[in-house]
Amino acid sequence: MPLLDNTLIKEMVEKILLRVQKPGRYVGGELNQVVKPWEQISTKVALVFPDIYDIGVSNLGLAILYEELNDLPDVLAERAYLPWLDMEDLMRQDNIPLFSLESSHALADFDVIGISIPYENLNTNTLNLLDLCCIPLYSRERNSNHPLIIAGGHSCYNPEPMADFIDAFVIGEGEGAMSEISGVYQAWKASGAPRGELFQALAGISGVYVPSLYEVAYNDDHTVKRIQPIHPSAPLQVNKRVCAKLPPPPTRLIVPTVDIVHNRVSVEIMRGCSRGCRFCHAGMINRPVRERPVEEVVRAVEAALDNTGFEEIALLSLSSSDYRRISELVQTLGEKFEDENLKISLPSLRIESFSIDLLEKLRDHRSGGFTLAPEAATERMRNIINKPITSSQLLETVHEIYSRGWLTIKLYFMIGHPSETLEDVREIVQLCKAVMAEGRRSLGRKASLHVGISTFVPKAHTPFQWVACDQKAQIEEKICLLKSELKGPGIKMNWTDPDETMFESWLSRGDRRMGSVIYYAWKNGAKFDAWQDHFNLSAWQQAFEQTGLEPYFYNHRQREIEETLPWDHIRIGVSKKFLAREYAKSQAGKLTEDCSQVCSACGILGIYGASRETSVDFDWKCPPLKEAQL
Amino acid sequence: MKRYRIHYKKTSALRYTGNLDMQKVWERTIRRGKLPVTYTQGFHPQPRLNQACPLPLGMTSRDEILDIWLDQDLEPAEVFSKMAKAAPPGVELDRVEEIELSLPSIQTRIRSSEYMAQLLSPFETTDLEPVVQQLLSAGTLPRIRRNKPYDLRPLVEELEFLSSEGGNSIRMLLAAREGATGRPEEVLEQLGVDPVCARVERTKLVL
Repeated sequence: MPLLDNTLIKEMVEKILLRVQKPGRYVGGELNQVVKPWEQISTKVALVFPDIYDIGVSNLGLAILYEELNDLPDVLAERAYLPWLDMEDLMRQDNIPLFSLESSHALADFDVIGISIPYENLNTNTLNLLDLCCIPLYSRERNSNHPLIIAGGHSCYNPEPMADFIDAFVIGEGEGAMSEISGVYQAWKASGAPRGELFQALAGISGVYVPSLYEVAYNDDHTVKRIQPIHPSAPLQVNKRVCAKLPPPPTRLIVPTVDIVHNRVSVEIMRGCSRGCRFCHAGMINRPVRERPVEEVVRAVEAALDNTGFEEIALLSLSSSDYRRISELVQTLGEKFEDENLKISLPSLRIESFSIDLLEKLRDHRSGGFTLAPEAATERMRNIINKPITSSQLLETVHEIYSRGWLTIKLYFMIGHPSETLEDVREIVQLCKAVMAEGRRSLGRKASLHVGISTFVPKAHTPFQWVACDQKAQIEEKICLLKSELKGPGIKMNWTDPDETMFESWLSRGDRRMGSVIYYAWKNGAKFDAWQDHFNLSAWQQAFEQTGLEPYFYNHRQREIEETLPWDHIRIGVSKKFLAREYAKSQAGKLTEDCSQVCSACGILGIYGASRETSVDFDWKCPPLKEAQL
Repeated sequence: MKRYRIHYKKTSALRYTGNLDMQKVWERTIRRGKLPVTYTQGFHPQPRLNQACPLPLGMTSRDEILDIWLDQDLEPAEVFSKMAKAAPPGVELDRVEEIELSLPSIQTRIRSSEYMAQLLSPFETTDLEPVVQQLLSAGTLPRIRRNKPYDLRPLVEELEFLSSEGGNSIRMLLAAREGATGRPEEVLEQLGVDPVCARVERTKLVL
């Protein structure tokens, strides 16, 4: 189908906008949008979030790339998001291809399409996105007339399930990657060489994984035998990209004029986490721990507020309490914005009274509740997952929170950890009841408790990457127990649908064959899998039947430590040896210390140590390494 | 405390931002402009501002009004320059005047709104004069909107079919009193024009 030009697309879109919900999602034109002259710029990049505008606009990764790419004189970056169902129907009816918000150009008219895939449940949306662009889904079916399709984001640390559809993945931190990719793209375009040469050149960029340059062989038992490059340009293993020193955060953020999720400024204060919780994907893949200096954060907050006028900011990190100068930061911001009716949120606080002091300094008006994530309720489970807090510590903190005036506490627990029994789950009930009793003592009937129950899904590149995910029946039994016992005045509980857990667990440790399951699931109508109301289990079950793959193999099978895992050629810096050691310690119920205190030789310094930033402000949190550990 | 009335145009993509979301657009504009806006009291202090006569989604406007309250006594010119500098794409400031604190809210002062509907394909060359005349000569025009019957005729104060080189359009002056607000898309439907086939602009608020 010939592409429509942007003027025509604009006209066609205008005609359908008043027939959809929230047309403001599809028109762009927001403050801080960058529109460069299309005809004069050689390389055009579309940055896409494969969910609707409301979710995608606040994505910080894309905001970083948008600023970075538009700062290059010969590159332009425009944005696109998936249309919601009503808009998609009308677009398909009128043959309107997916278009960019800035200039209404069809996405297929861009040179490069960069897609952020932070979670697995965006995979079918990614296929739907390519389909809406009228671009062949399979990488092998595309040619030099098609845009180059790049993906990155947390779920791409196991790129294999999406390997058939994506031309190149950026593994690791995206800063600088898209600029390098557009440079390589420009050189290739100027040379007029075949598309294969572009792929080979891309494989030379640090952190870039070109799946078509690798071949996967399987054993008779369906496990992976080996994954090896089939071209000399492809490295044996792909090491993730790491910024030795975090660059200043983006501050010219898009200001939406329709309401969105996370309608605020986000400033990342620290990347990585030294806690080492064994279930935590983010904690493993984002090492080493790097902080931004207080001065830089404060400057960024001021600049972002000047540029946007947002009335709320969030300071982001995996564990705010571990930011070394957190008191100073909070004090400074609290004083600076005292009279400005600015809401400052500080997520991921440790379970200790110091966290309450921090929020008090931010003049948190206590209406939103105080959130804590103990994850497990028994010492045995806490040792297994390596999150050592005691129940008495939790109860003391809870007492402080209620007595200092917060009416609501939110507690997050995760069920389904390896070897968890119903007894461990019952302890969650006991602990929550004890928490509620604290609330009653301090506040009487005004106190309330919200309990969020998520279900553990084993993730690639974590110490639990080998373990079997709980069976659906086990999960249901645990949730059922919680539902029947964890109730009472003031207590609210919500939980993850076990079907969604199953779905996530198929994909998170999938191999390259999983691509056909994703394809068929999409064909069967799966999309917006992240939206509870739209999750379509039967589309997935049918897809497994159509491909002859066994779901059990992917989620309930205990892997051998020696097994070649589908993502073994992707290196996150943390070694497989370390992960195996952590897994063994978990089974023995042994804790591992916070690695900002004692280095447990995870392997990061072995690979990235040479680039370690040692200036005082940007020093990594890794303690000095003992000789023996190298 | 001082009260200022801001006259502005709403254009381009901002026409897809509804009245409720405009509240945030203004709050952020005021914050960027560092204007000493008055906040309401209470648990969730909100900047004190008041928009007149909600503009239907999808329509641009050449004549919108916003009242804001400031804690400091600023020259209207200074308010204008600060707001103009901070305004997002789609807001064009025309003028700012200081008004009496005691004036009733703009909403209660507005009598009618004038709209221009530029007709798009397939209506750009259709002669609508006969249907316009038919509408004007009707004694009543019973219609149903959101399951409620009402009479459109008394809400249409003036209606005019305009034909020009650039395409045809409809000018309408509709009642905009509380409880008696004529909607341009209802008039278009009455004329047999699908409202998505017209680009409508509010051209005047009559106080």
